[in-house]
Amino acid sequence: MSGRLRWRKFVSHFMLTMTGLCAFVAVSVLFFILGYLVFHGGTSVSWNFFTKLPTPVGEAGGGMANAIVGSAKLLLLASLFGVPLGFFGGIYLAEFSGSTTAFVVRYAADLLNGVPSIVIGIFAYALVVLPFKHYSTLAGAFALGLMMIPITLRSTEEFLHSVPRALREGAMALGASKWKTIASVVVPAAYRGIVTAILLALARVAGETAPLLFTAFGNRFWSPGWEQPTASLPVMIYTYAISPYEDWHRQAWAAGLVLLGLILVVNIVARGILARGVAVPRS
Amino acid sequence: MQASARPTVPANFTLPGSNHPSRDPATPLEMRMTISKVNFFYGTKQTLFDINMGIANSKVTALIGPSGCGKSTLLRTFNRMHETVRNARLEGEIQLDGKNILAQDVTSLRRRIGMVFQRPNPFPKSIFDNVAYGLKINGSKLPLAEAVEKSLRHAALWDEVKDHLHKSAYELSGGQQQRLCIARALAVEPEVLLLDEPCSALDPISTAKIEELLVQLKDLCTIAIVTHNMQQAARVSDFTAFLLIGQLIEFNPTPQLFTTPSDARTEAYITGRFG
Repeated sequence: MSGRLRWRKFVSHFMLTMTGLCAFVAVSVLFFILGYLVFHGGTSVSWNFFTKLPTPVGEAGGGMANAIVGSAKLLLLASLFGVPLGFFGGIYLAEFSGSTTAFVVRYAADLLNGVPSIVIGIFAYALVVLPFKHYSTLAGAFALGLMMIPITLRSTEEFLHSVPRALREGAMALGASKWKTIASVVVPAAYRGIVTAILLALARVAGETAPLLFTAFGNRFWSPGWEQPTASLPVMIYTYAISPYEDWHRQAWAAGLVLLGLILVVNIVARGILARGVAVPRS
Repeated sequence: MQASARPTVPANFTLPGSNHPSRDPATPLEMRMTISKVNFFYGTKQTLFDINMGIANSKVTALIGPSGCGKSTLLRTFNRMHETVRNARLEGEIQLDGKNILAQDVTSLRRRIGMVFQRPNPFPKSIFDNVAYGLKINGSKLPLAEAVEKSLRHAALWDEVKDHLHKSAYELSGGQQQRLCIARALAVEPEVLLLDEPCSALDPISTAKIEELLVQLKDLCTIAIVTHNMQQAARVSDFTAFLLIGQLIEFNPTPQLFTTPSDARTEAYITGRFG
């Protein structure tokens, strides 16, 4: 073996090892966080945690049932508001708009994506909380929904762009109108990617605390209605983690574990459903 | 498929529109489509120059020429697919059964003039739904199952897929996918079928199957096919148009074009001196 060839083999092995190592480190961060959460919160997660209201300091037992339901309500409402706006906006951007409009909308969406979540919170506070004179689930969901718009919009656009032109032509050559082509061929061809992106958006806002601090606020009890303040898991974690009580710290860890667990479950279930569809091969 | 098996072409056949702007009514050949004085532009770049030709009823017309000669562009104007490209502009007139297609509703026009593309492009749906697609979007009242079977039989695909109609179209081989696309186009019963290099992504056996199919389909509809493969044009077509850098050099019955071309450039091309 010549020296040159030996050197090439060395470089190849070296790069393979390095990239593998980086991939390993990247993945292990997730497992490290997961392990840490299980270690600290695992013992505090019990049936009570899911079914009981928080108890006063010093009183054993108690859970975060209200925060779990509160988070679910916030996410549901936020999705109802943010996903359709982002989705249809993305369709317009990918399929209909001229290049100037597309540039402006895309740029605005990217900027909106970059707006700090605390600023979104203040905005929702000024727009929804102040006129209603109430912290509310609605205001919290509005803030979270705003954050979902740019992610949904941009990823819908990206995935629609990745649908091969040949598919559109195939449909149009059969006499399908533009809208019919989009609705019956293009979107179905891209929907796996779009749904995955929406789930990622959901997972991202599920953990947002800042926009909820002064919109959904928080609640030690069940929220009496959509226009009333509600507890949510991230705000609960925040409140409990900065408290001076050992007991609450454990609860905060448990809440973190539950939040992560719920996001994982949603992801796995959705991927399972999506796996049944027909994928478009990359060309 | 010997040359002698092809229908003979009347000696008085002339190019519609080129020498005789108003076609000689005595011509026994019935033209399904006529293309007159077509100029085509992408932005400011002209890619087709004053094209005049016809597509004969229930015959196969081939468009040949070297890469970039405009043969695909010309074919795509026949069902106005060129309109899906920004900045594309067409001048001149294209008629289907004597009516200008440019003045008609484009979606109903494309139902009458089907198209099969260079690469198989089945939809991410089942085999059945692919064929049924055109019928569904056009609100056809026909029983779908029957219509799908009929189209798949016409495309010589039925026997291979009848037991798994509800499998994904992507599980088929490339050649089968292309025949599926033909079945999909046939399902809406088009009067004219346009094929844009339908075999360029296929192996020789799949190509042979599709060529065989084309000859049979003549009874069903009028066919125009773009091909970069001269042998293919010679095998399947009744008429051949030779294009070179956006100009129609020669348009004649296939046997004549390949044996006694009337233009020196055609002869140079078919004998392999360029292209």
